[in-house]
Amino acid sequence: MWTILWNNRIQVAAVILFAVGFVTLLLHRNLIKKVIGLNIMDTAAYLFLTSIGYIQGRLSPVITEADTAAEHYVNPLPAGLVLTGIVVSVSVTAVMLALTIRIYRRYHTLNLDEIYRYVHDEMEGEK
Amino acid sequence: MKKFKEWLRNWDEDRFMFAEDKEMLEEEEESGGDSWRPMTISGLERQEFRLFTRAFPVMAGILALVMILFLLSAVLQLPAFGSADTPPAKSGTIRRYVEQGMQETGAVNIVAGVILDYRAFDTLGESHVLFAAAAAVFILLLFARDPQESPESKAILRSDPILRNTAKVLIPIIILFGSYVVFNGHLGPGGGFSGGAIIGSGLILYDMAFGPDRLNKILTLKSYRIIVLCALLFYSGAKCYSFYCGANGLETIFSPGTPGRIFSAGLILPLNIAVGVVVACTMYGFFALFTREQI
Repeated sequence: MWTILWNNRIQVAAVILFAVGFVTLLLHRNLIKKVIGLNIMDTAAYLFLTSIGYIQGRLSPVITEADTAAEHYVNPLPAGLVLTGIVVSVSVTAVMLALTIRIYRRYHTLNLDEIYRYVHDEMEGEK
Repeated sequence: MKKFKEWLRNWDEDRFMFAEDKEMLEEEEESGGDSWRPMTISGLERQEFRLFTRAFPVMAGILALVMILFLLSAVLQLPAFGSADTPPAKSGTIRRYVEQGMQETGAVNIVAGVILDYRAFDTLGESHVLFAAAAAVFILLLFARDPQESPESKAILRSDPILRNTAKVLIPIIILFGSYVVFNGHLGPGGGFSGGAIIGSGLILYDMAFGPDRLNKILTLKSYRIIVLCALLFYSGAKCYSFYCGANGLETIFSPGTPGRIFSAGLILPLNIAVGVVVACTMYGFFALFTREQI
């Protein structure tokens, strides 16, 4: 078991990175830090995908004229998937940060508990 | 460990206050103290509440550990890192992409061939996700500006001579390199997204060093809209054409050309340029919106 884990240590690192991002997302009360946690989780997913695509001793998939055998190149598909993922995560991060700015403008704090309290008070006031 | 316990004990401190403290608080409020007031809750909920706030970090840690164990057990089932017998690498799709991709798409870089020819519809959706995110940021920040905040309070980053002189040297190189990455996308590592991000970072550096005034002469909100809309429409139109012709076996005006030349690979080069323009403008637009809430 340990040898398998050691051989797949990149994937193990990706798993641990994912958990680090998840705990960051749960434990921090600052909204910016939550965004950072989500980004760490994204990064873990990219690390996992690229490590799956890598094949020892093969070239990157930039074909040379003489050599088009599929056995000589690494898997090009995960690279395309990671590219898609990066763009989506950038978009999601931008929207989250914009929402954070709006929240800050309204409540003048980034602490989630204080925001809850303000929302609670507002709802009490409406009653 | 001791430090951790202490941290755990203080976790819920100064966040919540219980009913006894409410009177004290009200007095404080009457005297005009407007510091942050913790949430008040009734005595009955208090016990559960304290239990929850104490247990939450521990439970979060346990949840993360359980998740790690599950995922590690999945890692144990995976083929060894770097081995050739991962299921996707054995499938016929990859073989087809690598062995015939150069003839079919004309791209030497198979990743560019895959994302901009075989799976171009996917990349079109991706560009639209970026466009939708930019639109959402516009709606959130641009059209709901806080009227109370004067533009002076958003003091633009003060530029100093070191930054300005370094930027003078670096910006042409950055923009040139970004254009190289965009134009070289079908010949080597690169493409519209990475090159566009590099050009966007060059624009951001220019903005930081010399202020927005000069850049705003060419890149206003209106020109941003026109540029991005044209690029996306060109992308959609070109891909509609190639899907129609390719699916029906018609001749297209975009031939793959000689692989390895700069003007080859059919639609991939123009599509890379369109994507690069969208990404560069969007990156700069995000920066401008987040720093001074106008473009």
